Amino acid sequence: MKLEMKLNGKDVSFEIAGPELLLDLLRDNGYFGAKRGCDNGDCGSCAVQVDGKSICSCIYFAGQAHGREVTTIEGLGTMEHPHALQETFVECGAVQCGSCIPGMLLSAKELLDECPSPKDADIREALDGNLCRCTGYTKQFEAVKVAAKRIIEGKSKGRKPARGGKSR
Amino acid sequence: MKQPLVTVNKSVRKIDGLSMATGRAQYVDDVHVRGMLWAKLLASPHAHAKILDIDISQAQKIPGVVCILTHKDLPRVPHTTAGQGYPEPSPYDSYVLDKKVRFVGDRVAAVAAETRDAAERAVRAIKVTYEILTPVLDAEHAMDDDAPKIHDEEDSLRIADPEKNLAAEVGFSVGKNFFEDSDYIFDRTFVTQYAQHCPIEPHITMAWFDEQDRIVIRTSTQVPFHARRIVAQALRVPVKRVRVIKPRVGGGFGAKQEVLNEQIVAALALATHRPVKLEYTRAEETISARTRHPMIIHLRSGLKKDGTITDFDLDVISNTGAYGTHALTVGCNTGSKVLPLYRAKNVKFNMRAVYTNMPVGGAYRGYGATQGAFAMECLIDEMAERLAMDPLEFRKRNHIRLGESSPVFKALGEGREGVAQSIESCGLDQCIDLGAREIGWREKHGKPKGKGPIKRGVGVACLMQGSSIPGIDMGAATIKMNEDGSFNLLMGATDLGTGSDTVLAQIAAEVLGIRESDIVVYSSDTDMTPFDVGAYASSTTFLSGMAVKKAAEQARDQILHVAGKMLETDPADAILQDGMVVMANGRRLSLKEVALHSLYILDQFQIMGSSSHITHTSPPPFAAHFCEVEVDEETGQVTVLSYVAAVDCGTAINPRLAEGQTEGAVLNGISYALVEEICFDPKGRPRNATWQYYKIFNTQDAPPIKTILVPTWEPTGPYGAKSVSEISINGPMPCIANAIYDAIGIRLREAPFTAEKVLKALKLRARGRRME
Repeated sequence: MKLEMKLNGKDVSFEIAGPELLLDLLRDNGYFGAKRGCDNGDCGSCAVQVDGKSICSCIYFAGQAHGREVTTIEGLGTMEHPHALQETFVECGAVQCGSCIPGMLLSAKELLDECPSPKDADIREALDGNLCRCTGYTKQFEAVKVAAKRIIEGKSKGRKPARGGKSR
Repeated sequence: MKQPLVTVNKSVRKIDGLSMATGRAQYVDDVHVRGMLWAKLLASPHAHAKILDIDISQAQKIPGVVCILTHKDLPRVPHTTAGQGYPEPSPYDSYVLDKKVRFVGDRVAAVAAETRDAAERAVRAIKVTYEILTPVLDAEHAMDDDAPKIHDEEDSLRIADPEKNLAAEVGFSVGKNFFEDSDYIFDRTFVTQYAQHCPIEPHITMAWFDEQDRIVIRTSTQVPFHARRIVAQALRVPVKRVRVIKPRVGGGFGAKQEVLNEQIVAALALATHRPVKLEYTRAEETISARTRHPMIIHLRSGLKKDGTITDFDLDVISNTGAYGTHALTVGCNTGSKVLPLYRAKNVKFNMRAVYTNMPVGGAYRGYGATQGAFAMECLIDEMAERLAMDPLEFRKRNHIRLGESSPVFKALGEGREGVAQSIESCGLDQCIDLGAREIGWREKHGKPKGKGPIKRGVGVACLMQGSSIPGIDMGAATIKMNEDGSFNLLMGATDLGTGSDTVLAQIAAEVLGIRESDIVVYSSDTDMTPFDVGAYASSTTFLSGMAVKKAAEQARDQILHVAGKMLETDPADAILQDGMVVMANGRRLSLKEVALHSLYILDQFQIMGSSSHITHTSPPPFAAHFCEVEVDEETGQVTVLSYVAAVDCGTAINPRLAEGQTEGAVLNGISYALVEEICFDPKGRPRNATWQYYKIFNTQDAPPIKTILVPTWEPTGPYGAKSVSEISINGPMPCIANAIYDAIGIRLREAPFTAEKVLKALKLRARGRRME
């Protein structure tokens, strides 16, 4: 069956056999940013956005994404033009092994899209599906707050934050 | 001598951080290798059984199945999977595949197939006839005369006493007339549970052949060089035929200080002559990888009325599970990283690591000290209470100080006698003072707090660890200069997400007067980088950092020599600064000019340094941890409200990364103290192997964690640095236990402190009071 979706802003199509999972489809096609941590939807390291909502791609059929907009970490920003969240995660020391980071960033992006000035409790709730074993989350809370502030002030080092997800 | 620091002690960005945050970083699985086969292991459903027959005929018929290996297909080579220096202090009690299974999850056979689905179906289609044996599921009774023998094979080596299921034993005694001078004797038993590391990236290994027909292993490991050696040993191939590459690693915490799957993946590659990949599922990671050794710790201490501790007698039974990987050394650390913290004239230690038919213990951040610190810090609290002394004052009065030594350092090393050393840096008093202020100790400790059934309390724990294994660990590095004044730093040191690539680049940058971003780091490739024992024993910053510093200093000397000739100036008092050579007379040259001259113009040579480092001491970092907890007396629920970790790691090469190490270790420790436990059914089958049932803390569970770095200067470390990675995982269990006592007056000595346990203890107390 032919699967059509908008992936990181581009119209793409894939031939899929049937009950293929979105995570496998993405990784088989070179989108390695989504990580495999548990295959049960428990850890969130495979999280991507579908129509702006963060989902676990390890328990999401690729076919469900038909006709939808999918954003992976590769679509959030690049090393040359990172999103404010990607910058602040690095600046604040929120990245250690990095396995949880793509998923966590997409959850954080969804939060900031809906709630530009999140309170601590909002951040904790938004990221609670993304397990991290390295950081104790302290620096990640800080990074989300700093990014929120920076996006509002619109001066992420003079650049506009890269756009992704449903805003595309 | 202290020198003004430019790059070191600065919170520069992690050099691989942005590539991780943009999805560019390449972990093991983030490459496509043409023709890759999927591997899957058949796991034993029985805790203890002999394999009488394996029928693979049905499995072989499944389309896509390429190869099935059983114990009949592989050389039988006793080895250890522990990634340790050679000769390993762990017994040779493992085989790539064996004719006996020793725990639920032990491997029986391996399949390689064209698709994951075919591999999984083939594993299910293998028919095994077992002779089921009685399992040993209780560590305390593993040594009983009538206990079944777990390692009854004849070819294993260096098991302490296989007849008694004793994998390893160690002990020492210093002093005499134990407990004769003490006014009070304390005698307590502490119990810790099975827990797993839970790296977000499970174990994953690929193997393929290069154009020279050598085996290339791309693997998520903390020990690439040990992996090369042990794969060569276990498969009987020459070391020169094996190359191990460690790309980005998605967390290890000790789980990957293990050569766990590299052997079997390489065996499948050899059998098929195809690339092969094996990735553990989360359940396999939990059950079949490694765990933290559960321990039964019996600690006795003697105390005088004047507050002097006279004796410690620490007796440990460590459950190493089915194999003795790290059994001896983890057990050693339960004494060696805990007992020296407090002075006592008589110290006795005995540790027995016993086999059971349960998951395999291994290296886990803290490495035995975690369990030992639980016992020690809870008992110290109790001793202070007996004297009606403030627990902080009691600790200050008794902890080891600058210039002091402990007989334990010499008596107990890692798997052998230790190395005498005295403390050359110690900021513990300041850690205690700053941490106490931050948590509000004076206002809160010992005071009734809370409303109705919700009670509050504060607790403390003091800690030490080591930095590297003296006389054993070695790290090496090479640094070479490029035309633009940048450098390649090639080193064996293994970054598993810790940030060591960044920290080591900062050290080199400091020597060379450049920014860390002008250093291109390549680490952990057995073909391309010099040797390093790997990422364990809190060694990388301290040990590999010194190797990097020495290599960079060689390069610096060559730069100064070339610059001196170019400027016809004596470079004696020249310095390197901001990418320039600055002569004493003020004349300057850019590093780029020096590099171009040395490579192309005159007396050409490659400016490069190469150095190794070993250490003869293992300077302890110190820490004082504090927490405030809330205990609900109606439900037994314990909630950590806030946590403070004050840490003396010498010079923090990168303070932000050092904070990150501390905060991550603390949360892992809190989660371990409160909820984490692998539970088993009566047949030894784990009941909670996935994260749905094995809880690890998420963002909603995490309390605010405050790190306070207390700078000291360790003269034997690079720029005064000691270790920071492990120490802070040891704090939460005793710290929370002590806080629970402060809140509700009950001392918990069996972890984890689940609501059920707390409620049970409250009910027992209430019943006891009614009986009175």
